[in-house]
Amino acid sequence: MQPTHSSRRILLPVRNWFIVLTLFLALVLNLVPFGRFPGIPDWVALVLAFWCIHQPLKVGMAAGFLLGLAMDVADASIMGQHALAYVLLAFVAAGWSRRVLWFPLAQQALHVLPMLLGMQLVMLVTRMIAGAEFPGVLWFLSSFTATLLWYPITYVLLTPQFQPEDKDVHRPI
Amino acid sequence: MSVVGHAPPPFFKRGPAPLVRLAFFVSLSLVLLVADLRFHTLEWARLAVATAAWPLQRVTGIPIDAAGDVGGYLSRQRSLLGENEEMRRRQLGTANLLLRQDHLEQENKRLRALLEMRERQPVEGRIAEILYAARDPFSRRVIIDKGSHQGIAPGQAVVDDIGVIGQVTRVFPLTSEVLLLTDKEQAIPVAVQRNGLRAVLAGAGAGMMELRFLAANAEVQVGDILVTSGLDGVYIPGLPVAKVVKIDRDSSYSFARIICAPLAGVERHGLALVLGGRTALPPQPDDVPATPDQPTRGKRVKKKVR
Repeated sequence: MQPTHSSRRILLPVRNWFIVLTLFLALVLNLVPFGRFPGIPDWVALVLAFWCIHQPLKVGMAAGFLLGLAMDVADASIMGQHALAYVLLAFVAAGWSRRVLWFPLAQQALHVLPMLLGMQLVMLVTRMIAGAEFPGVLWFLSSFTATLLWYPITYVLLTPQFQPEDKDVHRPI
Repeated sequence: MSVVGHAPPPFFKRGPAPLVRLAFFVSLSLVLLVADLRFHTLEWARLAVATAAWPLQRVTGIPIDAAGDVGGYLSRQRSLLGENEEMRRRQLGTANLLLRQDHLEQENKRLRALLEMRERQPVEGRIAEILYAARDPFSRRVIIDKGSHQGIAPGQAVVDDIGVIGQVTRVFPLTSEVLLLTDKEQAIPVAVQRNGLRAVLAGAGAGMMELRFLAANAEVQVGDILVTSGLDGVYIPGLPVAKVVKIDRDSSYSFARIICAPLAGVERHGLALVLGGRTALPPQPDDVPATPDQPTRGKRVKKKVR
């Protein structure tokens, strides 16, 4: 059964340290030097969008801003470029979370795709105004790979919240 | 607001409205953007965070390095033998030049002394390994494994065995960042090797470069080799830089559009040589001061009377 609002699958409450840990791991994954290989997903954006959709009260624009600053330094790009894009991503993701979670996972991914593409577009516009070169259409491929990862990442990040499958007749719910 | 001595229940308290928060963070990001782009004030923050993140960055690079090592280990012995043979042949081919180099340098020195010219500056270099390309897809930068601890300074030129690669732009304690020639923000003064025509070569993106501001009828041909002219005081003169691939002479524009391809393996990885800094060129002459104010007609020169 898919973990959505319409499936009546009840999840355990999330642990704060797990959110921090996954965001940190995403940051580490983003540091892996792949160079200009196209289609490497932006892990931080993906995990941030995930937590903003699932836990909009815990993870929001402040987290996006801090992660964006970290990415700006790691990427050797202009300070504020990732921060701006992640803040907008967090705003949209948290705003849509009530709607998105009612859909099955495939349709959730279709909601996430325009969010990630919009985030890349914000970065593109920022850098083009600053006078950088166009990185090529293939750069947008990373949003599509990230969208494909929505299904596995949902199960990986929600694993600690799943309840045991065995039915307990004495349990009220 | 407490009406009967009770605070309102906390579960409706969520801080400022989302739009207010969005406006706050967006304006903060824009301030950072402007501060970094216009005033370059945030380099110290970048240096501090990058130094702290250095071990982490090395750890994440291990799988990639290991994959490369395994690939190299599995490469066939035959290709290695072929490479060895090729190297030996090239060494023999250049031995002639190498053996005479010392002699020629001495002779050059003597002749220059006779002509009373400034001596050519000897330049020492430091070998560095290109670790990886920076992740930023909007610029062309690579990271090398030598930093300020090894005496690298911003502004030094980086070359490989064929020609110029780029210039060191940022220096961290153990690594430095090299801006490649093909980056849009990089410009290098060059001269056409065939006739000594001077020009400025700028990055054009997509791995190519453009020779800027040359008249539409400039004496440049496809296939010309461009070498550094040394006028900037950064690159020593005579290093090969690029080759002219395409010339568009459109008479409706005053400048020709000349596309060049870099000679060195700018976009490839491997070893590079960081050249030592040049001694500064003599200071440029100041602008000729405006003619001392002469009394113009109809204007009386006032004498100060005390």
